Amino acid sequence: MTERKFTRRDALKAGGALAGAGALQAAHLAAFAQAWAQSNQWKPEKGAKLQLLRWKRFVQSEEDGFMALVAAFTKATGVPVSVLNESLDDVQPKASVAANTGQGPDIFWGLYSLPHLFPTKCVDVSDVAEYLGKKYGGWDNAAQIYGKSKGRWIDIPVGYNGNVINYRKSMIEKAGFKEIPKDTAGFNELMKALKAKGTPGGFALGRASGDGNAWVHWALWAHGGNLVDAKDKVIINSPETVKALEYAKELSTHFVPGTASWNDSFNNKAFLSGEISLTNNGVSIYAAAKAGAGKDPKMKEIMEDMDHSLWPVGPVGKPTEFHICYPMLAMKYSKFPQACKAFMAFTMEADNYNKWLEASVAYITHPLAAYDANPVWKSDPKLSIVKDCGRRTLTAGGLGSVGEKAASALADFVVLDMFASVCTDRASAKDAIAVAERQARRIYR
Amino acid sequence: MNQTSSWERLRSNRNWLGFWFMLPAAAFLLLFLVYPLGLGIWLSFTDSRIGTPGEYVGVENYEWIIEDPKFQTAVFFTILYTLVASAIKFAVGLYLAVLLNQSMPLKALIRALVLIPFIVPTVLSAVAFWWIFDPQFSIISWSLKHLGLIDHNINFLGDVVNARASVIFANIWRGVPFIAISLLAGLQTVPASLYEAATLDGASRWQMFRRITYPLLTPIVAVVMTFSVLFTFTDFQLIKVLTNGGPAGSTELMATMSYNTAILGSRIGEGAAVSTAMVPFLLAAIMFSWFGLQRRRWQQGESND
Repeated sequence: MTERKFTRRDALKAGGALAGAGALQAAHLAAFAQAWAQSNQWKPEKGAKLQLLRWKRFVQSEEDGFMALVAAFTKATGVPVSVLNESLDDVQPKASVAANTGQGPDIFWGLYSLPHLFPTKCVDVSDVAEYLGKKYGGWDNAAQIYGKSKGRWIDIPVGYNGNVINYRKSMIEKAGFKEIPKDTAGFNELMKALKAKGTPGGFALGRASGDGNAWVHWALWAHGGNLVDAKDKVIINSPETVKALEYAKELSTHFVPGTASWNDSFNNKAFLSGEISLTNNGVSIYAAAKAGAGKDPKMKEIMEDMDHSLWPVGPVGKPTEFHICYPMLAMKYSKFPQACKAFMAFTMEADNYNKWLEASVAYITHPLAAYDANPVWKSDPKLSIVKDCGRRTLTAGGLGSVGEKAASALADFVVLDMFASVCTDRASAKDAIAVAERQARRIYR
Repeated sequence: MNQTSSWERLRSNRNWLGFWFMLPAAAFLLLFLVYPLGLGIWLSFTDSRIGTPGEYVGVENYEWIIEDPKFQTAVFFTILYTLVASAIKFAVGLYLAVLLNQSMPLKALIRALVLIPFIVPTVLSAVAFWWIFDPQFSIISWSLKHLGLIDHNINFLGDVVNARASVIFANIWRGVPFIAISLLAGLQTVPASLYEAATLDGASRWQMFRRITYPLLTPIVAVVMTFSVLFTFTDFQLIKVLTNGGPAGSTELMATMSYNTAILGSRIGEGAAVSTAMVPFLLAAIMFSWFGLQRRRWQQGESND
């Protein structure tokens, strides 16, 4: 009963951002935008127009919210902004090529350490970051790591996509559990019991850059394993890594068959069709179930039955989560750096950011402390855990630097392939580590 | 005086005229083929990364990739992929071509239909195969389950052997029409009088195929198979969409590895080395087909070369 109440309220809220209250909100946005443009310290160049390339949305209302924000910016400053969408995996190559050739969109909005692939090509946005940090309660730790290169801010980490455990309450209850266990050993028991009940879960072992990387890094870090140390020295060849691999191998025997071929969208499909009981993902599965609940009773059932949980803690005794960061950067070749800065600052201002955060229904987590107060975190208990993702996440590269080496290791699936080859019996832990170590040494030389 | 006359000669001499006509094409080739290839080869000798030009490092990249187990796997699978897919594509394509060469009702329509897999954009057909090979929703698994032949879904892309077989199958499906239609065109150039003569001599159908059709088809076979091998060897899209090289690199091709290393991993030098390493294989394939399959002996059934 209570759940139904939440649902209706949520539906209203999500819908409101678009349809009913849309006009009202737009009017408010416009009023704020005009006032903002007056006091804005980054005056766009005369005749400036911006092109922005972003990752393709996973939640429709998030994109709608963002486009409303873009429209308000144009109205206030007179700077037209054209927005291009590219699938998550394609943003990086496009940005890399643009950085290399010196032409392309002015602003790129990608993931993880994208700006650190070419830090010298990014506009220094330290003034924007400091202004925002001061105004909105400070940046969390991960944002500072993702944002800064050699003490200067080279991007604005706009938000995180929390990658959490998605599960079916009824199924884990049938398997004898009330909630997701807090430790890795208990979690293995849960997966085992789920499989025994004929309702297995599963994590992606294919080359899934989002979900796949999230869970294998969790497993690695949870057991104290690390690719590199704080000085970027390769330390993957350790007993801790062996333990992590053994744990993952054991865990993967309880997976639904076929996870070795999963990419980032397979688990969404499988979960939404009721094929699996548990997986790791952003809250977009829930958003999709919610969106379909009105028409499809099966979606409604999944929406009501599912919940989210943070990751269990391993032997290291502290959270080792790996959430995606979405940094926004301006290219130095842009003819309109002030307009770029103005746009970034505008995006993160409370009047815009809060609305966008709400429209994204917790798919995005904020990097600035002041946004803890956003109503979306109280709107639905199933979403509130995502609030802390920014504070809990470790960064690409683990203990090491977040720069291009870390990005390179992620792009090469060094850690993911190591886990996948052990879990699919292609290599022993020792051999898989040797391959990863060799590759990592090369990348981190 | 002297100068104008030599200019005159350059302008009007028949041999030079040929040069002038060739110049635009040569410039085009230089700009769009030689330059990128040369740049790729040069980059493979540098430690270039995206955003930095890099420095000359000699054959360091090659030393690294040759000992890299992932590269070895990629080379092995690229060769396996090319050989198996090309052989089956040739066999099926030839069979289809001979079949389509018979007179039958709705011939034109059937010939057009055969081309469909080739017309559909690769990425689109890859996405279709993606669903066909899905671990949970595969239509094949579903059908077999409902027929009671299997009791669990087939793990098409998650198992090394299955994944390799599945992507090769997808490549064959896509490549057969090209071969079938090209060979069909070749078949139609075989003069009917030869068959008539053979029939009078009492030749069997197999003898006619072996002694007339096949020898006269060899020049076309050489060209078609060269192209087919080149296309297959440099395939990228199918793998990128279907498996992205997974599970754990077992379906990685040299082309996808080069892209992943150079563009996604931003190590341009190393990625260029991987793609440059494809060139000797491609050259070997071309040499084989031109100097092997093109020999006159094969074409004319004589013993002299």
